[in-house]
Amino acid sequence: MSALTDDTLPVTPRAMRDEMIVFAAMAVLLGLVPLTGIYPFFVMQALCFALLACAFNVLIGYGGLLSFGHAMFLGTAGYCTAHALKVWGVSPELGILVGIAGAAALSVVTGFISIRRQGIYFSMITLALSQLLFFIYLQAPFTHGEDGIQGIPQGYLFGIFNLAKPTVLYYVVLAGFLGGFLLIYRTINSPFGEVLKAIRENEPRAISLGYKTDQYKLLAFILSGTLAGFAGSLKVFVAQNASLTDVHWTMSGEIVLMTLVGGLGTVFGPVVGAFVIIAMQQYLAGFGQWVTVIQGVIFVACVLTFRRGVIGEIAHYFRRSL
Amino acid sequence: MQALYAQLLVGLINGSFYALLSLGLAVIFGMLNIINFAHGALYMMGAFCAYFLLSLTGIGYWWALLIAPILVGIFGMILERTMLQWLAGLDHLYGLLLTFGIALIVQGVFQNYFGSSGLPYAIPDYPQIGDWRGLQGGMNLGFMFLPVYRGWVVIFSLVVCIATWYLIEKTRLGANLRAATENPTLVRAFGINVPRMITLTYGLGVGLAALAGVLSAPINQVRPLMGADLIIVVFAVVVIGGMGSIMGSIITGFALGVIEGLTKYFYPEASNTVVFVLMVLVLLIKPTGLTGRAA
Repeated sequence: MSALTDDTLPVTPRAMRDEMIVFAAMAVLLGLVPLTGIYPFFVMQALCFALLACAFNVLIGYGGLLSFGHAMFLGTAGYCTAHALKVWGVSPELGILVGIAGAAALSVVTGFISIRRQGIYFSMITLALSQLLFFIYLQAPFTHGEDGIQGIPQGYLFGIFNLAKPTVLYYVVLAGFLGGFLLIYRTINSPFGEVLKAIRENEPRAISLGYKTDQYKLLAFILSGTLAGFAGSLKVFVAQNASLTDVHWTMSGEIVLMTLVGGLGTVFGPVVGAFVIIAMQQYLAGFGQWVTVIQGVIFVACVLTFRRGVIGEIAHYFRRSL
Repeated sequence: MQALYAQLLVGLINGSFYALLSLGLAVIFGMLNIINFAHGALYMMGAFCAYFLLSLTGIGYWWALLIAPILVGIFGMILERTMLQWLAGLDHLYGLLLTFGIALIVQGVFQNYFGSSGLPYAIPDYPQIGDWRGLQGGMNLGFMFLPVYRGWVVIFSLVVCIATWYLIEKTRLGANLRAATENPTLVRAFGINVPRMITLTYGLGVGLAALAGVLSAPINQVRPLMGADLIIVVFAVVVIGGMGSIMGSIITGFALGVIEGLTKYFYPEASNTVVFVLMVLVLLIKPTGLTGRAA
């Protein structure tokens, strides 16, 4: 079995410098968005999905675990945050914490169950668990079934920032995204991240070196699920609703697609992939069901000819790690 | 009591579909090492094939049972030759992603032309021999009323499952197949065309999915998304069964269908989720699945 990702380049000081330069450029560019005429709602949505895809990438790109059920964290955190804001009337920061706590609790349980099998079995189990949750949310009273939770008040973050103003909301979402991104970046470049890569490359050897690989995989799963939940909580403020589409397994497929297009196991790939896919959905919305077909074609094309993804190809061409 | 028997029958029928689909998945997984995410879409194509045969050419159910699996099987073999073949040696997750893409394309195209609503497919009313009017109508068994078509589905799929099991476990062809799964290079050295065998195996697995599609057409109507949600339940069945053996897939498929049926009678709220809950329980107790070998 060949490795999932093109990770032949070692982590060198130069690689770290490259990545920090790209990160700074990304932060500045995203920070300037409200000054341009770009529709902020679109960028905010893309940022939420970018964080989600980055969280997903921790598992697949560094742990070699393809979760096909990451929509369950997005949806669970969304429902928790929405319920806390609308029914309990808590402040936004508490609402986000409730969402993150919900996703974290879910990731502990689902992670404990799913890491018991490897490879494609792991993928099928995460998919089945997310479908189980879909049916639970379909029937549970607090989610309002097909209608979802709508008309969520946005409120004042820390009592100061009025989230109903698009520009304020934009910078809050951007800060959330950049914070989450840096946390992920720090994790994958830590000793913990190195062990994860070792497990991806050769699990039996990692075990023989004395690492309790199940614990590492479970921790990575919890981290990934919790951060995906953070993305789901932020998304509630952008979309002002929480609905079943966020939990359905087609959403999990879209998350995989975003990461695949950008580049599995690259630092910036998921961000680019999320922007590409969200832009595509935005501008191709008029084609109706053909969007599904186009997504399928992209999937097939990526797997057959373009396995490194956008960022992966660029990094490979310049022989840099990105 | 009537309702209980009726739910048991529904469970057996769903179990037949689970068994046929997970059997096809197991056959494909054995040879190609790919979890065929497109299985649900190909099941749907089988049903649509039967619908087209009837509405465009007037070819009825009985011939459709033969023709639809062959046509969809050929489609599958083309997929294998043009795409799946290129993934040999790569991480098997790429196979999952590729077939997922194929499923999106196929389902998207059908949804564009047929929307999401169902097309009816009538239960065949021939051969008419004496009082016997094809598979329509029903018979009174004393304790319950059995619609003939439903009984037919259960018996026919059981026969197909056993035949597939016999083909793979008891014939020379099956022995070659199993040997090629273990060691393709060695089997090739004996002069057996392994790539062709892989293509035919994929065709067989896909044909089983299409056959399940034809069988379900008169019961569930013909819908573009009929396979989309079913396939996830089948994945759960596969995780529970473990895909270690052909017989394991068959037994697990039928058993889970029956358990689902019983849940629908005793506690309907859980009928959608019972298979997934069982999956969790099995994973906690025996992670390799009931009949599974270690991954």
